[in-house]
Amino acid sequence: MISIRDISKWYGAFHVLKDCSTEIQKGEVVVVCGPSGSGKSTLIKCVNGLEPFQKGEVIIEGTSVGAKKTNLPKLRARVGMVFQHFELFPHLSVFQNLTIAQCRVLRRSAGEAEEKAGRLLDLVGLRAHARKFPAQLSGGQQQRVAIARALAMDPIAMLFDEPTSALDPEMIKEVLDVMVKLAQEGMTMMVVTHEMGFAKKVADRVIFMDQGQIVEDRLKADFFSRPNTDRAQQFLSKILSH
Amino acid sequence: MTFVVAVLDFSVFLSPSPESGANYLTYLLGGALWTVILSVLSWVIAFIIGSMVGVLRTLPSSILSKVGACYVEIFRNIPLLVQLFVWFNVVPDLVPGFGPWFKHLPSFWQQFTSATLCLGLFTAARIAEQVRSGLRSLGKGQFGAGLALGLNIKQVYSLVLLPVTYRIIIPTLTSEFLNLIKNSAVASTIGFVELARRSDSMAELKSTVFEALLAGTLLYGAINLVVLFLSRALEHSTKLPGLVGAKK
Amino acid sequence: MYAFDWSSIPASLPFLWQGMLVTLQITLVAIVVGILLGTIIAVVRLSKNPILSALAAAYVTLFRSIPLVMVLLWFQLALVPPVVRWLFPKSNLDLNLVIAFTAFAFFEASYYAEIIRTGIQSISKGQVMAAQALGMTDGAVMRLVILPQAFRRMIPLLLTQAIILFQDSSLVYVIGLADFFGVAKNRADSTGNEVEFILFAGAVYLILCLTMSMLVRQLQKRIVI
Repeated sequence: MISIRDISKWYGAFHVLKDCSTEIQKGEVVVVCGPSGSGKSTLIKCVNGLEPFQKGEVIIEGTSVGAKKTNLPKLRARVGMVFQHFELFPHLSVFQNLTIAQCRVLRRSAGEAEEKAGRLLDLVGLRAHARKFPAQLSGGQQQRVAIARALAMDPIAMLFDEPTSALDPEMIKEVLDVMVKLAQEGMTMMVVTHEMGFAKKVADRVIFMDQGQIVEDRLKADFFSRPNTDRAQQFLSKILSH
Repeated sequence: MTFVVAVLDFSVFLSPSPESGANYLTYLLGGALWTVILSVLSWVIAFIIGSMVGVLRTLPSSILSKVGACYVEIFRNIPLLVQLFVWFNVVPDLVPGFGPWFKHLPSFWQQFTSATLCLGLFTAARIAEQVRSGLRSLGKGQFGAGLALGLNIKQVYSLVLLPVTYRIIIPTLTSEFLNLIKNSAVASTIGFVELARRSDSMAELKSTVFEALLAGTLLYGAINLVVLFLSRALEHSTKLPGLVGAKK
Repeated sequence: MYAFDWSSIPASLPFLWQGMLVTLQITLVAIVVGILLGTIIAVVRLSKNPILSALAAAYVTLFRSIPLVMVLLWFQLALVPPVVRWLFPKSNLDLNLVIAFTAFAFFEASYYAEIIRTGIQSISKGQVMAAQALGMTDGAVMRLVILPQAFRRMIPLLLTQAIILFQDSSLVYVIGLADFFGVAKNRADSTGNEVEFILFAGAVYLILCLTMSMLVRQLQKRIVI
């Protein structure tokens, strides 16, 4: 469903992504991990064109992200994204956060959008907070709303950029639970994260990145039992030992 | 009705002006000169008084601080034009020593004095606020360090706080000076022959509206550029390596 | 000691009120048009098209580097009369009022443009990305996510600029339009009570502007974004 082929990106002279390639099939859950500065956040932002790239291509269900004639907004509406800092719109209520893109981008009727928003809030367990504003919610609650906001667009795939890195430890579980549920329901997911517990539970594959390159791209079981490279080995031992 | 833009007649600048022996170009340049003189003199007054009030606002004694606050509020909440007429029409009648002296001046100097005092004290209120926020941005740490060395309050301000504060606020002071130059045009309302008034006169006397206004506008622009250039030179020559606001 | 004679002021109050209405009209028109035009200029200034961006920047630089008095002279002597005569050949509009409206609107727009531009640029890139990720076009991102937040943030500055505008409106004296101060000065000249009328005008402005400033400060304390 998502093809990432030889993506290379430079920030000025700095070579941030080096020939990254991988494929994500429908229904697959792929976890991307690696030390900070390895380019994983940049890579995932290239998938929906939020970050431009100089070489290579990303194809989502036959449409190329980098091609000039591609309608990017339309493509982005089909792929959901969840950000590290939640990025809910502070001037809109929780409910409005969920309906604004449905109405303005997908042109759904207000009634349709509201019904969908209500159901999704039930799914993430936050229906009671519908009329509140983001600033009134905890980090974990905001992130669950952010997931619901992305799901409201009925995406074919979901991208997660370090969804729990900005959360206090006690709130990480509530967000991961939602993500696990999503995975179990068959959503195609690409998740940049340090949460190896999540990876072990629902991931199909694990990609390990270091210094802008995809160093390992293996089935979950293989990756955890016997990583190919030393770098991945070191990384895993540091991560898993706390 | 056709709307024809006539070719601009720049030769008008060479024709004789109301000032004997001069042409209109020098007439306007003279106006620009008076604008600069007025602005610089007002700036000196504004800087001295503004610094004092700004420092006053940061002193522990709350009475002095409130006096400073009153000053700032009064001068910032009355339009500049009204303040100018207060200096020109009201103060000479009300202030005992000043009044008679003022009224004996030729009208040109009456206008000049009123305009200078008005612009000076008006701008002082704004400088006071900038000095105050500059001082506050240094935090209590610098103040405490100075005192700990045994300096008295006056020394802490003059040797430690103000030298750094002035460097930090050079950009805001520059923009304040540019504001002052623009505000100087208000003096035209009491008849002072600065640039705006001469531009206006020339437009009306010679019916060469575009030429007169264009020249006036360009001269203000030129003054602007010179000030910006000088300010950048000043910033450059006084910069403290590694400090915020200093370019590396 | 000067002998104050406040007696002419009560009789002049109706005229002063008319003048105040003119002041308020100019202020209001300049605020509304200034903010609308200023928003457009700010957005254009931030556009990716270098020509449009430079034009917007030139507009702002131009109006911010010349005195308001000169702007008024430009509109009075060169810009407004030909256009009015061309558009409305037979009308007897109060030309001075039109000059005041247009001059202040265009002038204030440049100041409002800078305030709004600062507001727009203060919105984090994350917000833009989140909106884009939902499939919004650039226009929708600006309209639905950036501008609403930018305006809320800039309300205190927008209001402060309005208070400055209220004071600056007194400069219509230069084009001979009788606003609040203009009327006060006229009455001052005709009754000979210059001191009293000018002090009265100053006091009125002081009270009004102080009150407005305090209200803005109260508002600033309540808005926390």
